[in-house]
Amino acid sequence: MRVLVIEDDEDVASFLLKGLGEAGHAVDLACDGVTGEEQALAGGYDVIIVDRMLPRKDGLAIVGALRAGGDKTPVLILSALGAVDDRVKGLRAGGDDYLTKPFAFAELLARIDALARRAVPEESETRYVVGDLVLDRLTRRVTRGKEVLSLQPREFRLLEYLMKHAGQVVTRTMLLEGVWDYHFDPQTNVIDVHISRLRAKIDKDFDVQLLHTVRGAGYVIREGGA
Amino acid sequence: MPLITLSVFVIVSALLVGALYWQASRALTRLALEQSESELRELATDGGFVPLEILPAAIERRIESGSLGLYFLTDANGRKRAGNLNRWPPEIERSSGGGFFGYETHGGSRHIAVGVTEVLEGGVVLLVGRNVDAARLLASSLWWWFIGALGVMSVLGIAAMIIGHRALLGRVEMMRATSAAIMAGDLAQRIPLAGSGDELDALAQSLNAMLARIEQLMAGLKEVSDNIAHDLKTPLARIRSSVESALRDPRGAPAHREGLERTLEEADELIKTFNALLLVARLEAGAVEGSAETLDAAALIEDVAELYGPVAEEGGDLVRVELTAEAVPLVANRQLLLQALINLVENALKYGRPVTGGPAEITVSVAVRPGQVVFAVADRGPGIPSGSRERALKRFVRLEASRSQPGTGLGLSLVAAVARLHGGTVELDDNSPGLVVRLVLPARGTD
Repeated sequence: MRVLVIEDDEDVASFLLKGLGEAGHAVDLACDGVTGEEQALAGGYDVIIVDRMLPRKDGLAIVGALRAGGDKTPVLILSALGAVDDRVKGLRAGGDDYLTKPFAFAELLARIDALARRAVPEESETRYVVGDLVLDRLTRRVTRGKEVLSLQPREFRLLEYLMKHAGQVVTRTMLLEGVWDYHFDPQTNVIDVHISRLRAKIDKDFDVQLLHTVRGAGYVIREGGA
Repeated sequence: MPLITLSVFVIVSALLVGALYWQASRALTRLALEQSESELRELATDGGFVPLEILPAAIERRIESGSLGLYFLTDANGRKRAGNLNRWPPEIERSSGGGFFGYETHGGSRHIAVGVTEVLEGGVVLLVGRNVDAARLLASSLWWWFIGALGVMSVLGIAAMIIGHRALLGRVEMMRATSAAIMAGDLAQRIPLAGSGDELDALAQSLNAMLARIEQLMAGLKEVSDNIAHDLKTPLARIRSSVESALRDPRGAPAHREGLERTLEEADELIKTFNALLLVARLEAGAVEGSAETLDAAALIEDVAELYGPVAEEGGDLVRVELTAEAVPLVANRQLLLQALINLVENALKYGRPVTGGPAEITVSVAVRPGQVVFAVADRGPGIPSGSRERALKRFVRLEASRSQPGTGLGLSLVAAVARLHGGTVELDDNSPGLVVRLVLPARGTD
C-alpha cells in the first residue's frame, strides 16, 4: 500500500522508509509540516504517518486540515511524549491511532495494517470465519467445526478482535487497547496468559492450529501455517 | 454573630422607646392629676358651707364656661346632683382618693381619665377629673411607630447581613475553587479580584503573585524534564531502530541475533522505566490535563482482577475481589487509576507470597467511606516494616527485599502521584500478616 510519512527526524524517517520498503509498501516522505500537508491533501495514500512536533506546521494541525476537508485517510500519530493526555489530544484532533516514540517497528507495521483495513467498512459483518472457526457477533456463539465452544465474555472479545484482524499481526499492546481499553504497558506480560487460555479452547483439541504466535511482534489468527 | 448585634440593637431601641413613652405618659398624667387636684381644692376648700347648696351651681358654671374638667357630684345616697359624667365610674371608690377611670360621652365614645375624689360634709362626694386620652394616644402611636420602625430595621438589617455574608462567602468560595483548580493541575488559574481594594483583595493579590512564581518554577521544571526526555529518548530510539534493522537482516549469525535480541529487550526495559519516570514527573508537576470521567470503581477493580486472575493462577496464586457495594460511582482519570491499581496488583504478585511458603493471596477491594472511595490491595506476604513505609513511596526506592526482583522502583511512587493528582492519598498498612496498600480518593459526586 501507499504510505505517506511526515517526519523531520532523519534517523526515524530513514528507519521508517527502510522498514516499510522491506515490508513491501510504497513510501513517500515529507520532512516538514507544510510540505507534508500539501502531499497529504493531494491524496492517494492508504495510510499517513505523522509526527506531532514538526517544523513549520504542527502534526495535529495537519490532521485537522485533512479532516476538515472531509478526507478520511487513516492517520497514525507519532509522538515523543507519551503522557496520557497527549494520546487523547491526538485522537480528538482526528488521528486514528497513536504511537509513542521510541516504538518497535513490528508495532508500527501491525498498526498501519490494521488502520488500512479499518478504512474498508466491515463493522456490519455479523460473522467472522477463519477456517472452520465461526464467531457469530449477534448470537455471541463460537463454533469450531460442529463443536460449540464456550468462552468467557472477555475471551469472546479477544477472539472477536483477533478474527476481525484475521490474517494480520496484532501486537500485545493493540490487544490491551482494543480488548481491555488499557492504554499503557503493564510490567507483567498479561496478554500471553489470556492468549494461551483462548488457544486451549479454540485450538487444543483440533488438528489445525489457527492462532499463531509471531515472534517479536504478536499474534495472528489465520488458516494455514505461521 | 451579626444576629447578636441585631438583637442588641432591637432590645436597646425597645428600652429607649419604652422609657420615652413612660416618661411622656407619666408627665401628661401627672399634669392632668395636678389640674384635677387644684380644681377640687378650689371647689371644696371654702369650709363651713353646705356643699349641696353651692357646688351644683359652681360645677354647672364651670362646665358651661368650657372647662376641660370632668365632674361628678353625689349626695349621701349616691344620687347624681351635678356633673358632666353620665354615671359614677365603677373604678373609683366613693371615698377620698382617686385614680384612672373610663367614661362615655353622650356620643358613646369611650375615653380614659384620671381624677381625684373627696368626701365632703354630709356624705357628699365630689369627683374632679381630666381626660388623659392624649397620653394613651401618645403611647399607642409611639408603640406602633416603634413596631413599624423595628420591622423595617430588622428587614433591612437581615438583608444587609445576608448580602454582606453572601458577598464574603462568594469571594472565599472563589478562592477555594481557584485553589482546587490549581491542585487539579491548572496552574494558570488566578484568584479574581473584587476591585474594592479591601483586605481580601490584598490577600488575593499576594496569593496570585505567589501562584505566578510557582507557575514559573513549574514551567521551568517541565521544560527541563521535557528536554531531558527528548535528549535521552532520541539516542534510545536510535539504538532500538538500529538493532531492529540489524535483526531483520537475514544474513546475521545466530550468536549475534541473540545478543541483539537481548539488547532490544534491555532497551525496551530502559524505555519503560524512562516513560514511567516521565509520567511520575509530569503527574507531580500537575502537567497532565485531567480527562476525568465518571466511572464505576467496582467495575474497575473487577476489570483489573479479570486481567490478572489468569496470570496469578499460572503461578498458583490467587486474586480475589471484595466488594461492599454493587456500584461505586467515582470521577477519575480511568487510565491513570487503572495503571495505579495494576501497579499495586503486580507488586502484590511479586512480593506477596507468605514467608511460610505457599501461594500468594491477593485481595482487591473497594469500599465507600463518608466522602471517600477507598481502593485496597492486600497480600499475605512479609509486608513492609512500619519504619520503611514512608520511604517505599519515594521514587527509585527499592526496599532490601525487592532488590533481587526486576522492576523500576517507580511503581508505588506512580500510585502516590496518581492519588495526589486526584486529591487523594496512599496509605501503607499492616495486613497482619502482609501488606495492605490503600488508595484513598475523594468521592467527588458526578457533578
